[in-house]
Amino acid sequence: MASGQQWVLVEMVQAFYEAPAYHLILEGILILWIIRLLFSKTYKLQERSDLTEKEKEELIEEWQPEPLVSPVSKDHPSLHYDVVTGPPSHKIIVNGKECINFASFNFLGLLDNERVKSKALTSLQKYGVGTCGPRGFYGTFDVHLELEERLAKFMRTEEAIIYSYGFATVASAIPAYSKRGDIIFVDEAACFSIQKGLQASRSFIKYFKHNDMEDLERLLKEQEVEDQKNPRKARVIRRFILAEGLYINTADICPLPELVKLKYKYKVRIFLEESMSFGVLGEHGRGVTEHFGVNIDDIDLISANMENALASIGGFCCGRSFVIDHQRLSGQGYCFSASLPPMLAAAAIEGLNIMEEDPGIFQVLREKCQLVHNALQGTPGLKVVGEAFAPALHLQLENSTGSRANDLKLLRTVVDYSLERQIALTLARYLDKEERFLPPPSIRVVVTVEQTQEEIQNAAKCIREAAVNLLM
Amino acid sequence: MTESAGNKKEDCHAANGVKPGRNGMVKNHHHHHQYQKQEKVYHAACNGELYSRPFIESFEETPMLVAVLTYMGYGILTIFGYLRDFMREWKIEKCHIAREREEQKDFVPLYQDFENFYTRNLYMRIRDSWNRPICGVPGAKFDLVERSSKDYNWTFEYTGRVVKNVINLGSYNYLGFAENTGSCATAAGDVTVKFGVGVASTRQEMGNLDRHEELEKLVASFLGVESAMAFAMGFATNSMNIPAIAGKGCLILSDELNHASLVLGARLSGSTIRVFKHNNMQSLEKLLRDAIVHGQPRTHRPWKKILILVEGIYSMEGSIIRLPEVIALKKKYKAYLYLDEAHSIGALGPSGRGVVEYFGLDPKDVDIMMGTFTKSFGASGGYIGGRKDLIDYLRTHSHSAIYATSMSPPVLEQIITSMKCIMGEDGMTIGRSRIQRLAANTVYFRRRLREMGFIIYGNNDSPVVPMMLYMPAKIGAFGREMLKRNIGVVVVGFPATPIIESRARFCISAAHSKEMLDRALDVISEVGDLLQLKYSRHKVLPSLDRPFDETTYEENEE
Repeated sequence: MASGQQWVLVEMVQAFYEAPAYHLILEGILILWIIRLLFSKTYKLQERSDLTEKEKEELIEEWQPEPLVSPVSKDHPSLHYDVVTGPPSHKIIVNGKECINFASFNFLGLLDNERVKSKALTSLQKYGVGTCGPRGFYGTFDVHLELEERLAKFMRTEEAIIYSYGFATVASAIPAYSKRGDIIFVDEAACFSIQKGLQASRSFIKYFKHNDMEDLERLLKEQEVEDQKNPRKARVIRRFILAEGLYINTADICPLPELVKLKYKYKVRIFLEESMSFGVLGEHGRGVTEHFGVNIDDIDLISANMENALASIGGFCCGRSFVIDHQRLSGQGYCFSASLPPMLAAAAIEGLNIMEEDPGIFQVLREKCQLVHNALQGTPGLKVVGEAFAPALHLQLENSTGSRANDLKLLRTVVDYSLERQIALTLARYLDKEERFLPPPSIRVVVTVEQTQEEIQNAAKCIREAAVNLLM
Repeated sequence: MTESAGNKKEDCHAANGVKPGRNGMVKNHHHHHQYQKQEKVYHAACNGELYSRPFIESFEETPMLVAVLTYMGYGILTIFGYLRDFMREWKIEKCHIAREREEQKDFVPLYQDFENFYTRNLYMRIRDSWNRPICGVPGAKFDLVERSSKDYNWTFEYTGRVVKNVINLGSYNYLGFAENTGSCATAAGDVTVKFGVGVASTRQEMGNLDRHEELEKLVASFLGVESAMAFAMGFATNSMNIPAIAGKGCLILSDELNHASLVLGARLSGSTIRVFKHNNMQSLEKLLRDAIVHGQPRTHRPWKKILILVEGIYSMEGSIIRLPEVIALKKKYKAYLYLDEAHSIGALGPSGRGVVEYFGLDPKDVDIMMGTFTKSFGASGGYIGGRKDLIDYLRTHSHSAIYATSMSPPVLEQIITSMKCIMGEDGMTIGRSRIQRLAANTVYFRRRLREMGFIIYGNNDSPVVPMMLYMPAKIGAFGREMLKRNIGVVVVGFPATPIIESRARFCISAAHSKEMLDRALDVISEVGDLLQLKYSRHKVLPSLDRPFDETTYEENEE
C-alpha cells in the first residue's frame, strides 16, 4: 500500500514536469480566478446606477412632484366654519344668531363662571400671558406646581403632571412608556389622539371590538400562547390596554371592573383616557374609577384634558409616582413644549375648587343628561347613541342614504334647521381617511348643567321637528 | 457690521483644510481679525452671492485636552454610578427611587432600568439647575421660588422664600412681550372678563371664534403670505400638520438638529425620512439628487413629493438656517420647503418678520411658513402661513382643526395686540424699537463673550447664545454659581446636545437693559474664571467700543 501511494505521488510530480507550459499557466490563472471569486463580493446589494451626470440631470429635469396639497373644492363641507361671535358659553352667537349652546363640551358651565374668570384675571395681572419657555427652562411656575398637586389630590393619586394641550396629553403619554416591540391592546372606538399616540409609539397595536371583553381576552390569550413559545422575549415585552372612560366617539362607558380583572390575569397595564368622564362621572367627579368604585391605584395611568369639564386649556396625567414621574423626562409634549400659560392653570385650579366645594353639581349634570337622553328618544329617523349619563351624545341616522357625504349633508340640514331656531348643535367631525375605524356620521348633542328643563324640551322639540320635516 | 463688504463670500462649507465639523460647516471661529487672511481660500464653492448680508457663524472646535477630560469626567461618573447602584442593590445606600407597587412586581417593568441609569446617576446630581419654579413674569428679571434639597436633589423642599430680581437669561422672551402690564395685558384682561379662558370645542365644531379668523388674517399680513391658520399649541402645530401635508410615498428631508415636534410630525406622516447634516447644503443637495435619481427604495417609483424641513434659528446651536441656499436648492430640485420659525419670528429681520426678511427673501418662496407665538409674542400656540390652497387644505384636513380645542381667547388677544405692536399698527414705534434693541443687545452680548475668551456657537445675529461648558460637572456648577449671583441661565447637556458638547444657553431679550447685560457679563466672566470656562484659543482683541445704541440694521441697509 505504502509503495503504491508513493508511486501515485511520484507520477503526479512527473506529470507536472511533463505538462506543457501553457497548460500550467492556464491552470494557474483558473486557480487565481477561483480565489478572486471567493474573495470578491458576490453581489452589489444596491444596483449601481451607472447613470452619467447628464442622465442624472435629465432625470432631475424630468421629475415633476405632485402639488403640495390637493385642491379643496369651494363647497367642501368643512372648509367654512361656523363663526362664533362673543363668548362660547351657554348663550352663544353662531353665525350672527343667538342660540342655546348644545355643542361645546362645557359640561359644568365653568367657562362662563365669574370666579374662574376673576382668578384667571388675577393670575394674568401677576404673570402675564405666556411662559416663554418649556417646563425645564424657567417655564415652571408656582401655579403649575399647585395645579399638579391639586389634581393629584382631587383624583386621589400620588402624582399628576400637566401638559399644555389636551390633545398632546395622551398622545405623548403613550409613547413615553410603550416602545418598539411592545404591545398595546386598544378598543376600536379609541379617539384620534390615542390613535396618534399609538402611531408615535411604534408598538404592535391590537384592536379589540368596542367594549367586547371576550374579544380582548381572545387577543390576550393569543398573546399568552405566543409568550409561552418564547418566554425570554416575553419577559421584556410591555403590554398595555388602552381604553376611554366615556368614549367620545360612541358616548358609552368602558367596562372597567372587567378590564381590571383581565389586567391582573394577564399582567397587562391599563391606561385610561378620561377626557369625557373626568369631572362628569362619579359622586365627586373623579371619573370612571369612582363611577365603578374601582381602586384608582389599579389603573396605571389616567389622562384627561382640562378643556371640557374644567373649561380651560391643557391636559393632565395622574397615577402613581413610579409611573407619572417617568414622563417628566420622556413625555415629548411635556419636555419640548412651552408650558401652560399660568392664567389657564389658575382657571383650572379655581374650577377644581368649585368642583370640590359643590359635588352636587355632578348630580345635576347626571339629571340633565338623563333629561336630554329621554327627551331625544323617539325622534323620527334619528337614533340616540350613548349612555343616559353621558354628557356628549350622538344622534345618528336610523337609515343611512348609503353614502357618507349625503348622510352628512342630511344631518347638516338638521343642524342648520336647529341653528335657525336658536339651538346650537354641531356635526361630529372626523378625518375620514385618517381614522382607524371611522364612526358613522352623527350630530353631537352636549349637555351642560346650565341648560334648563325648558331649554332641553325646546331643543328636543326642535330636533324632532327638523327630523320630521327633513328626514321623513 | 463693520466687515460687511469684504466677507460676503466667506461662508463656505469645507475649505481651508479644516475638516468640516459635525455641523457641516467649518468649525473655525470666524473672528473679526481673521477674515482677511482666510478670505482667499474661502472663495471656492461659496454661494456668497446669494446672501445680501454677511453670514457669520462660528463653531470653534473642541480643544483636544478638553474633549479628553470631558470623556474622563463621564467615565468617572459612570464608574461611580455603577458603584452606587451596586450599593443601592445591597441596601447599603438608601434608595430614593419611586418603586413599583407590590401587586405589580411581576409585571414586565414599565421602563428599563438602564434607561434610567443616566437619570439616576448623572442627571439627579445636578437636577437643581432645571425646572426652577418662578413666581412672577418671565421678563428681563424674574423671581424664583427658593428650594433646597436635603437628599442630593431626590426631593426638593420649598423654603417659602423668594429669590427676587434674578436677571433672566433663560426665557425665550425675545421682544419682551412677557409682561403683566401694558397694552397686551390690558387687552388680554378685558377678554378674560368677557369671554373666560376656555373654548370647549374644536375649530370645525363650535370653537371657531371670529377673533380666531381675525388673528389669522393678521398673521397672514404680518408674514406677507396669502393666508394663515393658527393653532393652540406650538408643538402640536408641527406634529399635527405635517401628517396632513406629507404621507406615504413622500420624502421628508430633515435637518439633523430639528426640534422634536418636527421629528414627531414627520414620523406620524408615514413618509420616508432622511436626515441631512445640520445646515449643510452639500449634504442636502446630495440627498435631493439621489432621491430624484433613484426614486423610492425597492419600488424605484419616483417620489410623490419631497419636503425639506428646516428651522429658522436652531435653539441649541444658535445657528441661522442658510435660507438663500435652501431656497435655491428647493427651486432647482422642485422640492417643497417647510420652515419652522419658532425662534426666529419676531427675533430676526429689520421689522421682526423672521429669517425670510433677515435674508431679504420673498416669503412666497417658502411653501410652508410655520412659527410659534410662545416666544416673541409672549403667548402660546403656533401658526402656519402659505398660499391659500395650502391653508384651505389645512382647514379641512388639519388634525388640530378637527380634534383639538381651539385657542384660548385671552391668549389670542395677547398675540393680536403684540403683533400689531410689532407691525406698528398701534401707531407707535415700540415694536420697532424693541426689534432694534434686541438686535443690538445680541451683537453686543455675543461680542463681549467672545472677547472674554468663551467659545460661543452660532450666528452673530442670533439671540440664542450657546456658550460651551463641555464637562458634565461644570453644567451643574455653572448653573448654581450663576444663580448664587442672581442670574438665571439655562444649562443643557446630553441628550439635548452631543455628549461632550454640554453648554449654557443665554437668550437675549429686548427687555434687557445695558446695565443688566453688563452685570450679567461681569458675572459670567467671574464664574468663567472660577470654573475655567474660557476655552477659546483664538483670543480676540477687544475691539474699540462702538456706541451701544448703534443698530446693526442701519449699517446694513444700503
